[in-house]
Amino acid sequence: MNARHKKIVNYGLKNILAWIISLIMLIPLTLIVINAFKPAEECFTMTFALPKNITLENFSTVIEKGKLGRSFLNSLVYASSATVITVILGSMAAYVFSRRRGKAMNAIYMYLVLGIVIPINYVALMKVMQVTHLNNTMPGIILLYGAIQLPFTVFLLYGFVSKIPTDLDEAAIIDGCGPIRLFFNIILPLLKPSLITAAVLCFLNTWNEFVMPLYFLNSSEKWPMTLAIYNFFGQFEKSWNLICADILLTCLPVIAMYIICQKYIVGGSTAGAVKG
Amino acid sequence: MKKSKLYPWYFALGAILLYTALCVVPGIIGIGYSFTDWSAYSKEVNFVGLDNFKKVFSADDNYLGYIKNTLLFTGVTTVAKTGLGLLLALALSRNVKAKNFHRGVMYMPSVLSVLIVGLVFTSILNPKTGFLNELLRGIGLESFTQKWLTDPAIAFGSVMGVDIWRGTGYIMTILIVGILAIPNVYYEAASIDGASGFQKFKSITFPMLKPTLAVTIVLNVLYGLKVFDLVYVLTNGGPGHKTEVMYTAVFKQFSQGLYAEGTTISSVMFVFMVIIGFFMIKILTKDEVVE
Repeated sequence: MNARHKKIVNYGLKNILAWIISLIMLIPLTLIVINAFKPAEECFTMTFALPKNITLENFSTVIEKGKLGRSFLNSLVYASSATVITVILGSMAAYVFSRRRGKAMNAIYMYLVLGIVIPINYVALMKVMQVTHLNNTMPGIILLYGAIQLPFTVFLLYGFVSKIPTDLDEAAIIDGCGPIRLFFNIILPLLKPSLITAAVLCFLNTWNEFVMPLYFLNSSEKWPMTLAIYNFFGQFEKSWNLICADILLTCLPVIAMYIICQKYIVGGSTAGAVKG
Repeated sequence: MKKSKLYPWYFALGAILLYTALCVVPGIIGIGYSFTDWSAYSKEVNFVGLDNFKKVFSADDNYLGYIKNTLLFTGVTTVAKTGLGLLLALALSRNVKAKNFHRGVMYMPSVLSVLIVGLVFTSILNPKTGFLNELLRGIGLESFTQKWLTDPAIAFGSVMGVDIWRGTGYIMTILIVGILAIPNVYYEAASIDGASGFQKFKSITFPMLKPTLAVTIVLNVLYGLKVFDLVYVLTNGGPGHKTEVMYTAVFKQFSQGLYAEGTTISSVMFVFMVIIGFFMIKILTKDEVVE
Protein backbone atom coordinates (compact mmCIF):
# COMPACT_ATOMS: atom_id res chain seq x y z
CA MET A 1 0.00 0.00 0.00
CA ASN A 2 1.61 3.24 -1.02
CA ALA A 3 1.37 6.55 0.79
CA ARG A 4 -1.47 7.79 -1.40
CA HIS A 5 -3.63 4.78 -0.63
CA LYS A 6 -2.85 5.06 3.03
CA LYS A 7 -4.00 8.64 2.99
CA ILE A 8 -7.30 7.74 1.33
CA VAL A 9 -7.98 4.88 3.79
CA ASN A 10 -7.12 7.16 6.67
CA TYR A 11 -9.48 9.83 5.35
CA GLY A 12 -12.26 7.27 4.91
CA LEU A 13 -11.87 5.86 8.40
CA LYS A 14 -11.88 9.31 9.96
CA ASN A 15 -15.11 10.25 8.24
CA ILE A 16 -16.80 6.98 9.15
CA LEU A 17 -15.76 7.47 12.78
CA ALA A 18 -17.14 11.01 12.72
CA TRP A 19 -20.51 9.79 11.47
CA ILE A 20 -20.72 6.95 13.99
CA ILE A 21 -20.02 9.24 16.92
CA SER A 22 -22.42 11.88 15.64
CA LEU A 23 -25.17 9.28 15.29
CA ILE A 24 -24.61 8.07 18.86
CA MET A 25 -24.88 11.67 20.03
CA LEU A 26 -28.11 12.16 18.09
CA ILE A 27 -29.93 9.04 19.40
CA PRO A 28 -31.61 10.63 22.44
CA LEU A 29 -32.78 13.74 20.65
CA THR A 30 -34.12 11.72 17.72
CA LEU A 31 -36.05 9.49 20.13
CA ILE A 32 -37.61 12.54 21.74
CA VAL A 33 -38.67 14.11 18.46
CA ILE A 34 -40.15 10.88 17.04
CA ASN A 35 -42.06 9.98 20.18
CA ALA A 36 -43.39 13.43 20.93
CA PHE A 37 -45.68 13.14 17.89
CA LYS A 38 -47.05 9.65 18.59
CA PRO A 39 -50.49 8.95 20.01
CA ALA A 40 -50.50 7.24 23.41
CA GLU A 41 -51.26 3.72 22.17
CA GLU A 42 -48.11 3.66 20.02
CA CYS A 43 -45.90 4.90 22.77
CA PHE A 44 -45.67 2.68 25.85
CA THR A 45 -41.92 2.81 25.34
CA MET A 46 -39.62 5.04 23.37
CA THR A 47 -38.68 3.47 20.07
CA PHE A 48 -37.38 4.57 16.71
CA ALA A 49 -40.55 3.33 15.01
CA LEU A 50 -41.92 6.32 13.14
CA PRO A 51 -45.39 7.42 14.27
CA LYS A 52 -48.19 5.83 12.22
CA ASN A 53 -50.49 8.71 13.01
CA ILE A 54 -48.78 12.01 13.64
CA THR A 55 -50.54 13.92 16.37
CA LEU A 56 -50.06 17.27 18.03
CA GLU A 57 -52.39 16.32 20.84
CA ASN A 58 -49.51 15.52 23.21
CA PHE A 59 -48.47 19.14 23.23
CA SER A 60 -51.89 20.47 24.12
CA THR A 61 -52.25 17.75 26.77
CA VAL A 62 -48.98 18.60 28.53
CA ILE A 63 -49.68 22.30 28.40
CA GLU A 64 -53.07 21.72 30.07
CA LYS A 65 -52.22 18.89 32.47
CA GLY A 66 -48.68 19.91 33.29
CA LYS A 67 -49.56 23.63 33.47
CA LEU A 68 -46.56 24.15 31.28
CA GLY A 69 -47.51 27.64 30.13
CA ARG A 70 -46.94 28.88 33.65
CA SER A 71 -43.62 27.04 34.03
CA PHE A 72 -42.44 28.23 30.65
CA LEU A 73 -43.03 31.83 31.72
CA ASN A 74 -41.28 31.19 35.04
CA SER A 75 -38.23 29.78 33.28
CA LEU A 76 -38.21 32.75 30.94
CA VAL A 77 -38.41 35.22 33.84
CA TYR A 78 -35.70 33.45 35.86
CA ALA A 79 -33.29 33.01 32.99
CA SER A 80 -33.62 36.53 31.57
CA SER A 81 -33.57 38.36 34.91
CA ALA A 82 -30.59 36.37 36.17
CA THR A 83 -28.82 37.02 32.88
CA VAL A 84 -29.36 40.79 33.06
CA ILE A 85 -28.17 40.94 36.69
CA THR A 86 -25.13 38.77 36.04
CA VAL A 87 -24.04 40.52 32.88
CA ILE A 88 -24.36 44.04 34.30
CA LEU A 89 -22.77 43.35 37.69
CA GLY A 90 -20.23 40.99 36.15
CA SER A 91 -19.04 43.36 33.44
CA MET A 92 -18.70 46.26 35.91
CA ALA A 93 -16.64 44.12 38.25
CA ALA A 94 -14.51 42.59 35.50
CA TYR A 95 -13.81 46.08 34.16
CA VAL A 96 -12.56 47.45 37.48
CA PHE A 97 -10.49 44.34 38.26
CA SER A 98 -8.93 44.26 34.83
CA ARG A 99 -8.10 47.99 34.73
CA ARG A 100 -6.76 48.47 38.24
CA ARG A 101 -4.74 45.34 38.89
CA GLY A 102 -3.35 46.47 42.23
CA LYS A 103 -2.46 43.81 44.74
CA ALA A 104 -5.71 44.29 46.64
CA MET A 105 -7.83 44.26 43.48
CA ASN A 106 -6.13 41.09 42.23
CA ALA A 107 -6.83 39.42 45.55
CA ILE A 108 -10.52 40.36 45.35
CA TYR A 109 -10.63 39.12 41.77
CA MET A 110 -9.19 35.77 42.88
CA TYR A 111 -11.70 35.64 45.72
CA LEU A 112 -14.56 36.10 43.27
CA VAL A 113 -13.23 33.65 40.70
CA LEU A 114 -12.78 31.05 43.44
CA GLY A 115 -16.56 30.79 43.16
CA ILE A 116 -16.09 28.72 39.99
CA VAL A 117 -14.60 26.04 42.18
CA ILE A 118 -16.22 26.13 45.59
CA PRO A 119 -19.35 24.09 46.13
CA ILE A 120 -22.57 25.61 47.42
CA ASN A 121 -23.56 24.54 50.92
CA TYR A 122 -27.25 24.17 50.07
CA VAL A 123 -28.30 23.34 53.61
CA ALA A 124 -26.77 26.46 55.14
CA LEU A 125 -27.88 28.48 52.11
CA MET A 126 -31.46 27.65 53.06
CA LYS A 127 -30.83 29.36 56.39
CA VAL A 128 -29.51 32.46 54.62
CA MET A 129 -32.51 32.44 52.29
CA GLN A 130 -34.91 32.19 55.23
CA VAL A 131 -33.26 34.98 57.20
CA THR A 132 -33.31 37.28 54.15
CA HIS A 133 -36.90 36.20 53.34
CA LEU A 134 -35.79 35.01 49.91
CA ASN A 135 -36.69 31.35 50.39
CA ASN A 136 -39.46 30.13 48.08
CA THR A 137 -39.69 33.49 46.28
CA MET A 138 -39.07 34.36 42.65
CA PRO A 139 -36.65 37.23 43.41
CA GLY A 140 -34.76 34.85 45.69
CA ILE A 141 -34.19 32.27 42.98
CA ILE A 142 -33.21 35.01 40.49
CA LEU A 143 -30.61 36.48 42.86
CA LEU A 144 -29.33 32.99 43.57
CA TYR A 145 -28.84 32.28 39.88
CA GLY A 146 -27.12 35.63 39.51
CA ALA A 147 -24.78 34.87 42.39
CA ILE A 148 -23.72 31.44 41.14
CA GLN A 149 -23.10 32.66 37.58
CA LEU A 150 -21.08 35.73 38.56
CA PRO A 151 -17.69 34.06 39.13
CA PHE A 152 -17.48 32.51 35.66
CA THR A 153 -18.93 35.60 33.99
CA VAL A 154 -16.36 37.88 35.65
CA PHE A 155 -13.59 35.43 34.71
CA LEU A 156 -14.76 35.37 31.09
CA LEU A 157 -15.22 39.15 30.74
CA TYR A 158 -11.95 39.98 32.52
CA GLY A 159 -10.04 38.50 29.60
CA PHE A 160 -12.05 40.48 27.06
CA VAL A 161 -11.79 43.81 28.90
CA SER A 162 -8.01 43.41 28.98
CA LYS A 163 -8.01 43.50 25.18
CA ILE A 164 -9.57 46.99 25.00
CA PRO A 165 -6.70 49.50 24.95
CA THR A 166 -6.55 51.93 27.86
CA ASP A 167 -5.67 54.81 25.50
CA LEU A 168 -9.38 54.98 24.82
CA ASP A 169 -10.12 55.65 28.48
CA GLU A 170 -7.62 58.48 28.61
CA ALA A 171 -8.97 60.07 25.44
CA ALA A 172 -12.51 59.90 26.80
CA ILE A 173 -11.49 61.45 30.11
CA ILE A 174 -9.73 64.30 28.33
CA ASP A 175 -12.96 64.88 26.42
CA GLY A 176 -14.72 65.28 29.76
CA CYS A 177 -16.24 61.83 30.32
CA GLY A 178 -16.86 60.75 33.92
CA PRO A 179 -16.12 57.19 35.04
CA ILE A 180 -19.74 56.13 34.72
CA ARG A 181 -20.20 57.51 31.23
CA LEU A 182 -16.82 56.13 30.24
CA PHE A 183 -17.94 52.64 31.19
CA PHE A 184 -21.50 52.68 29.88
CA ASN A 185 -20.99 54.75 26.72
CA ILE A 186 -17.52 53.73 25.62
CA ILE A 187 -16.46 50.41 27.13
CA LEU A 188 -19.76 48.50 27.12
CA PRO A 189 -20.46 49.00 23.39
CA LEU A 190 -16.97 47.73 22.62
CA LEU A 191 -17.58 44.68 24.80
CA LYS A 192 -20.79 43.79 22.96
CA PRO A 193 -19.71 40.45 21.40
CA SER A 194 -18.30 39.28 24.72
CA LEU A 195 -21.41 40.41 26.55
CA ILE A 196 -23.52 38.37 24.14
CA THR A 197 -21.34 35.33 24.84
CA ALA A 198 -21.68 35.79 28.58
CA ALA A 199 -25.43 36.40 28.31
CA VAL A 200 -26.10 33.36 26.13
CA LEU A 201 -24.17 31.05 28.46
CA CYS A 202 -25.88 32.53 31.49
CA PHE A 203 -29.33 32.16 29.96
CA LEU A 204 -28.76 28.56 28.92
CA ASN A 205 -27.30 27.54 32.27
CA THR A 206 -30.20 29.06 34.16
CA TRP A 207 -32.78 27.63 31.78
CA ASN A 208 -31.31 24.13 32.17
CA GLU A 209 -30.75 24.21 35.92
CA PHE A 210 -33.03 22.44 38.36
CA VAL A 211 -31.10 21.93 41.60
CA MET A 212 -31.78 25.40 43.04
CA PRO A 213 -35.56 25.17 42.61
CA LEU A 214 -35.41 21.60 43.93
CA TYR A 215 -34.01 22.96 47.18
CA PHE A 216 -35.57 26.39 47.40
CA LEU A 217 -38.94 26.49 45.62
CA ASN A 218 -41.68 24.50 47.33
CA SER A 219 -44.72 25.80 45.53
CA SER A 220 -45.36 24.29 42.12
CA GLU A 221 -46.68 27.52 40.61
CA LYS A 222 -43.16 28.95 40.87
CA TRP A 223 -41.41 25.96 39.28
CA PRO A 224 -39.39 26.39 36.11
CA MET A 225 -39.77 24.00 33.16
CA THR A 226 -37.08 21.60 34.35
CA LEU A 227 -38.62 20.93 37.74
CA ALA A 228 -42.10 20.81 36.25
CA ILE A 229 -40.97 18.11 33.83
CA TYR A 230 -39.33 16.13 36.58
CA ASN A 231 -42.53 16.19 38.57
CA PHE A 232 -44.57 15.38 35.48
CA PHE A 233 -42.30 12.39 34.85
CA GLY A 234 -43.12 11.12 38.34
CA GLN A 235 -46.86 11.30 37.62
CA PHE A 236 -46.95 9.97 34.06
CA GLU A 237 -44.02 7.57 34.10
CA LYS A 238 -45.52 5.31 31.44
CA SER A 239 -46.72 8.04 29.06
CA TRP A 240 -43.53 8.62 27.13
CA ASN A 241 -45.40 10.45 24.39
CA LEU A 242 -46.35 13.14 26.92
CA ILE A 243 -42.93 13.21 28.53
CA CYS A 244 -41.29 13.57 25.13
CA ALA A 245 -43.61 16.41 24.17
CA ASP A 246 -42.76 18.03 27.47
CA ILE A 247 -39.03 17.61 26.95
CA LEU A 248 -39.23 18.88 23.40
CA LEU A 249 -40.94 22.09 24.53
CA THR A 250 -38.15 22.63 27.05
CA CYS A 251 -35.37 21.83 24.62
CA LEU A 252 -36.64 23.87 21.68
CA PRO A 253 -35.48 27.27 22.96
CA VAL A 254 -32.14 25.75 23.93
CA ILE A 255 -31.59 24.08 20.57
CA ALA A 256 -32.74 27.15 18.65
CA MET A 257 -30.35 29.26 20.70
CA TYR A 258 -27.57 26.72 20.20
CA ILE A 259 -28.00 26.71 16.43
CA ILE A 260 -28.13 30.51 16.20
CA CYS A 261 -25.43 31.29 18.78
CA GLN A 262 -23.19 28.25 18.41
CA LYS A 263 -20.15 30.43 17.86
CA TYR A 264 -20.73 32.38 21.07
CA ILE A 265 -21.53 29.31 23.16
CA VAL A 266 -18.58 27.23 22.04
CA GLY A 267 -16.26 30.24 22.01
CA GLY A 268 -17.31 31.31 25.49
CA SER A 269 -17.07 27.95 27.15
CA THR A 270 -13.72 27.18 25.60
CA ALA A 271 -12.27 30.63 26.29
CA GLY A 272 -9.97 30.52 29.25
CA ALA A 273 -9.32 26.83 28.68
CA VAL A 274 -7.28 27.44 25.56
CA LYS A 275 -4.52 29.99 25.49
CA GLY A 276 -3.46 30.04 21.85
CA MET B 1 -6.45 61.05 36.51
CA LYS B 2 -5.69 58.45 39.13
CA LYS B 3 -6.70 54.84 38.47
CA SER B 4 -8.78 54.70 41.63
CA LYS B 5 -10.89 57.66 40.45
CA LEU B 6 -11.13 56.52 36.86
CA TYR B 7 -12.16 53.00 37.78
CA PRO B 8 -14.10 53.40 41.04
CA TRP B 9 -14.11 50.38 43.36
CA TYR B 10 -17.85 50.57 43.86
CA PHE B 11 -18.31 49.22 40.32
CA ALA B 12 -17.33 45.81 41.72
CA LEU B 13 -19.46 46.15 44.84
CA GLY B 14 -22.67 44.61 43.51
CA ALA B 15 -20.95 41.48 42.26
CA ILE B 16 -18.94 41.05 45.44
CA LEU B 17 -21.91 41.54 47.74
CA LEU B 18 -24.22 39.17 45.88
CA TYR B 19 -21.55 36.49 45.57
CA THR B 20 -20.46 36.84 49.18
CA ALA B 21 -23.98 36.74 50.58
CA LEU B 22 -25.21 33.70 48.65
CA CYS B 23 -22.08 31.66 47.92
CA VAL B 24 -19.48 32.39 50.59
CA VAL B 25 -21.57 33.17 53.67
CA PRO B 26 -23.49 29.86 53.51
CA GLY B 27 -20.18 28.05 53.23
CA ILE B 28 -18.87 29.76 56.34
CA ILE B 29 -21.93 29.60 58.56
CA GLY B 30 -22.29 26.01 57.36
CA ILE B 31 -18.99 25.22 59.04
CA GLY B 32 -20.39 26.70 62.25
CA TYR B 33 -23.58 24.65 62.00
CA SER B 34 -21.63 21.44 61.50
CA PHE B 35 -20.68 21.59 65.21
CA THR B 36 -24.36 21.64 66.22
CA ASP B 37 -27.40 19.34 66.25
CA TRP B 38 -29.41 21.60 63.91
CA SER B 39 -32.40 19.73 62.51
CA ALA B 40 -35.97 20.26 61.34
CA TYR B 41 -37.34 18.55 64.43
CA SER B 42 -36.24 20.91 67.15
CA LYS B 43 -36.26 24.68 67.46
CA GLU B 44 -33.14 24.63 69.59
CA VAL B 45 -29.71 24.39 68.10
CA ASN B 46 -27.13 23.00 70.52
CA PHE B 47 -23.37 22.80 70.30
CA VAL B 48 -22.32 19.15 70.01
CA GLY B 49 -18.62 19.44 69.31
CA LEU B 50 -17.21 17.02 66.81
CA ASP B 51 -20.10 14.53 66.95
CA ASN B 52 -21.17 15.11 63.34
CA PHE B 53 -17.66 14.70 62.03
CA LYS B 54 -17.21 11.49 64.04
CA LYS B 55 -20.43 10.20 62.51
CA VAL B 56 -19.47 11.16 58.98
CA PHE B 57 -16.04 9.59 59.22
CA SER B 58 -17.04 6.52 61.23
CA ALA B 59 -17.10 3.09 59.66
CA ASP B 60 -20.66 2.40 60.89
CA ASP B 61 -22.28 4.89 58.59
CA ASN B 62 -22.06 4.71 54.83
CA TYR B 63 -20.48 8.12 54.30
CA LEU B 64 -17.00 6.79 53.59
CA GLY B 65 -18.57 4.70 50.85
CA TYR B 66 -20.19 7.82 49.34
CA ILE B 67 -16.85 9.59 49.42
CA LYS B 68 -15.28 6.59 47.70
CA ASN B 69 -18.05 6.60 45.06
CA THR B 70 -17.54 10.30 44.42
CA LEU B 71 -13.81 9.82 43.94
CA LEU B 72 -14.39 6.79 41.71
CA PHE B 73 -16.88 8.75 39.60
CA THR B 74 -14.44 11.66 39.34
CA GLY B 75 -11.49 9.45 38.42
CA VAL B 76 -13.23 7.27 35.86
CA THR B 77 -15.15 10.02 34.08
CA THR B 78 -12.13 12.34 34.00
CA VAL B 79 -9.87 9.70 32.47
CA ALA B 80 -12.50 8.50 30.02
CA LYS B 81 -13.64 11.94 28.88
CA THR B 82 -10.10 13.24 28.52
CA GLY B 83 -8.87 10.10 26.76
CA LEU B 84 -11.81 9.78 24.37
CA GLY B 85 -11.96 13.53 23.89
CA LEU B 86 -8.28 13.60 22.94
CA LEU B 87 -8.63 10.68 20.50
CA LEU B 88 -11.64 12.30 18.84
CA ALA B 89 -9.98 15.69 18.74
CA LEU B 90 -6.91 14.23 17.05
CA ALA B 91 -9.04 12.31 14.57
CA LEU B 92 -11.49 15.08 13.79
CA SER B 93 -9.49 18.29 13.92
CA ARG B 94 -8.45 18.02 10.27
CA ASN B 95 -9.48 16.25 7.04
CA VAL B 96 -13.08 15.59 7.94
CA LYS B 97 -16.01 16.42 5.66
CA ALA B 98 -18.88 18.40 7.22
CA LYS B 99 -16.71 19.03 10.25
CA ASN B 100 -18.83 21.88 11.53
CA PHE B 101 -21.85 19.62 11.52
CA HIS B 102 -20.01 16.89 13.43
CA ARG B 103 -18.57 19.27 15.98
CA GLY B 104 -21.92 20.91 16.47
CA VAL B 105 -23.61 17.58 17.06
CA MET B 106 -20.94 16.27 19.41
CA TYR B 107 -20.97 19.42 21.52
CA MET B 108 -24.75 19.44 21.75
CA PRO B 109 -25.23 17.13 24.78
CA SER B 110 -23.55 19.71 26.97
CA VAL B 111 -26.09 22.41 26.12
CA LEU B 112 -29.02 20.14 27.00
CA SER B 113 -30.27 20.14 30.56
CA VAL B 114 -28.76 17.34 32.65
CA LEU B 115 -32.29 16.62 33.80
CA ILE B 116 -33.40 15.90 30.24
CA VAL B 117 -30.35 13.78 29.47
CA GLY B 118 -31.09 11.81 32.63
CA LEU B 119 -34.77 11.30 31.82
CA VAL B 120 -34.10 10.16 28.27
CA PHE B 121 -31.49 7.70 29.46
CA THR B 122 -33.81 6.22 32.06
CA SER B 123 -35.93 5.24 29.10
CA ILE B 124 -33.03 4.09 26.91
CA LEU B 125 -31.57 1.99 29.73
CA ASN B 126 -34.87 0.43 30.79
CA PRO B 127 -34.20 -3.34 30.90
CA LYS B 128 -37.50 -4.49 29.37
CA THR B 129 -38.40 -1.77 26.94
CA GLY B 130 -35.31 0.40 26.61
CA PHE B 131 -33.62 1.10 23.31
CA LEU B 132 -30.22 -0.25 24.36
CA ASN B 133 -31.45 -3.73 25.26
CA GLU B 134 -33.74 -3.80 22.20
CA LEU B 135 -30.72 -2.98 20.06
CA LEU B 136 -28.62 -5.71 21.70
CA ARG B 137 -31.42 -8.24 21.21
CA GLY B 138 -31.87 -7.07 17.64
CA ILE B 139 -28.25 -7.73 16.70
CA GLY B 140 -28.15 -11.08 18.47
CA LEU B 141 -26.25 -10.03 21.57
CA GLU B 142 -29.03 -11.11 23.91
CA SER B 143 -26.49 -12.20 26.54
CA PHE B 144 -25.19 -8.64 26.83
CA THR B 145 -28.54 -7.19 27.88
CA GLN B 146 -28.49 -5.85 31.41
CA LYS B 147 -30.61 -4.23 34.06
CA TRP B 148 -28.51 -1.16 33.47
CA LEU B 149 -29.71 1.08 36.29
CA THR B 150 -31.05 -1.44 38.82
CA ASP B 151 -28.37 -4.16 38.92
CA PRO B 152 -26.12 -3.20 41.85
CA ALA B 153 -23.04 -4.49 40.07
CA ILE B 154 -23.34 -2.25 37.02
CA ALA B 155 -25.62 0.67 37.94
CA PHE B 156 -22.72 2.95 38.79
CA GLY B 157 -20.97 2.00 35.56
CA SER B 158 -24.10 2.97 33.62
CA VAL B 159 -24.30 6.33 35.40
CA MET B 160 -20.67 7.02 34.57
CA GLY B 161 -21.31 5.90 30.99
CA VAL B 162 -24.10 8.44 30.57
CA ASP B 163 -21.87 11.13 31.99
CA ILE B 164 -19.09 10.20 29.56
CA TRP B 165 -21.60 10.33 26.70
CA ARG B 166 -22.59 13.79 27.84
CA GLY B 167 -19.17 15.28 28.51
CA THR B 168 -16.81 13.90 25.87
CA GLY B 169 -17.93 16.24 23.11
CA TYR B 170 -17.28 19.28 25.27
CA ILE B 171 -13.73 18.14 26.07
CA MET B 172 -13.18 17.29 22.42
CA THR B 173 -14.26 20.78 21.37
CA ILE B 174 -11.84 22.44 23.78
CA LEU B 175 -9.00 20.19 22.60
CA ILE B 176 -9.77 20.80 18.91
CA VAL B 177 -9.50 24.55 19.50
CA GLY B 178 -6.19 23.85 21.23
CA ILE B 179 -4.89 21.65 18.41
CA LEU B 180 -5.88 24.13 15.71
CA ALA B 181 -4.00 26.85 17.62
CA ILE B 182 -0.71 25.00 17.13
CA PRO B 183 1.11 26.73 14.25
CA ASN B 184 1.25 24.61 11.10
CA VAL B 185 4.92 25.39 10.47
CA TYR B 186 5.92 22.90 13.18
CA TYR B 187 4.17 20.08 11.36
CA GLU B 188 5.60 21.15 8.01
CA ALA B 189 9.11 21.20 9.40
CA ALA B 190 8.58 17.78 10.99
CA SER B 191 7.29 16.38 7.71
CA ILE B 192 10.38 17.61 5.89
CA ASP B 193 12.48 15.82 8.52
CA GLY B 194 10.47 12.68 7.80
CA ALA B 195 8.65 12.42 11.13
CA SER B 196 5.87 9.84 11.41
CA GLY B 197 2.37 10.69 12.60
CA PHE B 198 3.07 9.32 16.05
CA GLN B 199 6.36 11.20 16.33
CA LYS B 200 4.55 14.41 15.43
CA PHE B 201 2.00 13.73 18.16
CA LYS B 202 4.68 12.93 20.73
CA SER B 203 6.98 15.84 19.99
CA ILE B 204 4.63 18.59 18.81
CA THR B 205 0.94 18.09 19.51
CA PHE B 206 1.15 16.63 23.00
CA PRO B 207 3.66 19.09 24.50
CA MET B 208 1.87 22.07 22.93
CA LEU B 209 -1.49 20.77 24.12
CA LYS B 210 -0.41 20.12 27.69
CA PRO B 211 -1.73 23.37 29.21
CA THR B 212 -5.11 22.86 27.54
CA LEU B 213 -5.21 19.24 28.69
CA ALA B 214 -4.41 20.39 32.23
CA VAL B 215 -7.37 22.77 32.15
CA THR B 216 -9.78 20.14 30.83
CA ILE B 217 -8.65 17.75 33.57
CA VAL B 218 -9.17 20.45 36.21
CA LEU B 219 -12.66 21.17 34.87
CA ASN B 220 -13.57 17.48 34.86
CA VAL B 221 -12.29 16.89 38.39
CA LEU B 222 -14.20 19.90 39.72
CA TYR B 223 -17.36 18.75 37.99
CA GLY B 224 -16.95 15.16 39.16
CA LEU B 225 -16.51 16.02 42.83
CA LYS B 226 -19.63 18.19 42.76
CA VAL B 227 -21.80 15.84 40.68
CA PHE B 228 -25.41 15.69 41.79
CA ASP B 229 -28.10 16.15 39.16
CA LEU B 230 -27.27 13.30 36.78
CA VAL B 231 -27.02 10.73 39.58
CA TYR B 232 -30.17 12.11 41.19
CA VAL B 233 -32.23 11.71 38.03
CA LEU B 234 -30.83 8.35 36.90
CA THR B 235 -30.70 6.35 40.14
CA ASN B 236 -31.06 8.73 43.09
CA GLY B 237 -28.19 6.88 44.73
CA GLY B 238 -29.76 3.45 44.41
CA PRO B 239 -29.87 0.51 44.25
CA GLY B 240 -28.97 0.26 47.92
CA HIS B 241 -26.62 3.30 47.97
CA LYS B 242 -24.47 1.68 45.26
CA THR B 243 -24.43 4.91 43.26
CA GLU B 244 -24.67 7.34 46.19
CA VAL B 245 -22.31 10.30 45.88
CA MET B 246 -21.65 13.13 48.35
CA TYR B 247 -24.27 15.53 47.05
CA THR B 248 -27.08 13.00 46.63
CA ALA B 249 -26.42 12.09 50.27
CA VAL B 250 -26.57 15.79 51.24
CA PHE B 251 -29.90 16.18 49.45
CA LYS B 252 -31.34 13.14 51.22
CA GLN B 253 -30.39 14.53 54.61
CA PHE B 254 -31.79 17.89 53.64
CA SER B 255 -35.15 16.36 52.67
CA GLN B 256 -35.21 14.33 55.88
CA GLY B 257 -34.56 17.47 57.92
CA LEU B 258 -31.15 16.23 59.14
CA TYR B 259 -29.57 19.60 58.50
CA ALA B 260 -26.51 19.19 60.73
CA GLU B 261 -25.30 16.09 58.93
CA GLY B 262 -25.97 17.63 55.54
CA THR B 263 -24.05 20.75 56.38
CA THR B 264 -21.17 18.72 57.83
CA ILE B 265 -20.52 16.89 54.57
CA SER B 266 -20.95 20.14 52.64
CA SER B 267 -18.44 21.86 54.93
CA VAL B 268 -15.86 19.12 54.49
CA MET B 269 -16.27 19.54 50.73
CA PHE B 270 -16.19 23.34 51.03
CA VAL B 271 -12.89 23.43 52.90
CA PHE B 272 -11.36 20.76 50.68
CA MET B 273 -12.43 22.55 47.48
CA VAL B 274 -11.32 25.98 48.68
CA ILE B 275 -7.84 24.59 49.24
CA ILE B 276 -7.51 22.76 45.92
CA GLY B 277 -9.53 25.48 44.22
CA PHE B 278 -7.01 28.07 45.24
CA PHE B 279 -4.30 26.26 43.28
CA MET B 280 -6.59 25.51 40.37
CA ILE B 281 -7.64 29.13 40.05
CA LYS B 282 -3.98 30.04 39.94
CA ILE B 283 -3.59 27.72 36.96
CA LEU B 284 -6.74 29.05 35.29
CA THR B 285 -5.89 32.73 35.76
CA LYS B 286 -2.11 32.46 35.44
CA ASP B 287 -1.70 34.23 32.12
CA GLU B 288 -4.06 37.09 32.79
CA VAL B 289 -2.66 37.96 36.20
CA VAL B 290 0.96 37.86 35.08
CA GLU B 291 0.39 40.02 32.01
